[in-house]
Amino acid sequence: MSDNPRHAKNEAKRIRYLGSAKSGTSGVMHMRLTSLALVPLTIAFVWLVLSMVGRGYDEVHATMAHPLASITLLLVVGTSLYHMQLGMRTIIEDYLHGERLKEWSLAANLFFAIALGVACVYAVLRLSFI
Amino acid sequence: MADLSGPAAAPVRHQRPLSPHLGIYRPMLTMMMSIVHRITGIALYAGTLLLAWFLIALAGGPGSFATVAWFLDSILGKLVLLGFTWALFHHLLGGIRHFLWDAGWGMTHPEREWLAQGTLIGGVALTVIVWVAAFALR
Repeated sequence: MSDNPRHAKNEAKRIRYLGSAKSGTSGVMHMRLTSLALVPLTIAFVWLVLSMVGRGYDEVHATMAHPLASITLLLVVGTSLYHMQLGMRTIIEDYLHGERLKEWSLAANLFFAIALGVACVYAVLRLSFI
Repeated sequence: MADLSGPAAAPVRHQRPLSPHLGIYRPMLTMMMSIVHRITGIALYAGTLLLAWFLIALAGGPGSFATVAWFLDSILGKLVLLGFTWALFHHLLGGIRHFLWDAGWGMTHPEREWLAQGTLIGGVALTVIVWVAAFALR
């Protein structure tokens, strides 16, 4: 930042077109919304896991292939992976200060969540439809 | 004008106030809860790998399912699942605590302490209930 007041125009130019402040709270709001959704989803997920304890392959497969179980799992996977990606993003932004390390970590965080999400969704759909 | 050469020119170092860092705080329960909320969040982040492994192994057929079932039934697997269960419930209750704060409720000192203790006890209690249920069901 320049101390020269005549450079004020340059400071404005530096931030222009980098996005408006209107979407600044989206991360916070999405964190709250996914948290809210995850309260019932977590209870349903724990219930689902408990129903499979001590069961063999055929029974577990039948349980998981049921539409209600599949839909619950898809919601759990999608919501929690988005939620955890937001959480890890906050942690990275709080503790990693090197610009390069921070940006690569944010990218890795996003790629991890998306890759894991796609793998889980593929597995759940395969259970249901094949 | 002041003479800028000699000892008078040496910069005077003031003890300026710094914003408080973690290291200077006396450990408090509410602060520890905040840290543990993040740690359980990170643990659950890693735990999704286990969920993904389970789902992919189940979709893969009886052979790959037997491997993941063997791991989950082992001592190490049970310990990981126990930690997973506790982290999940602790983080869940911590999230509900944050909702109460978002609503403007529970901000006073005794309420904060009560909520912190409730989260701690509730997380352990729910973990015990689920594991008792799991052993009863098998």
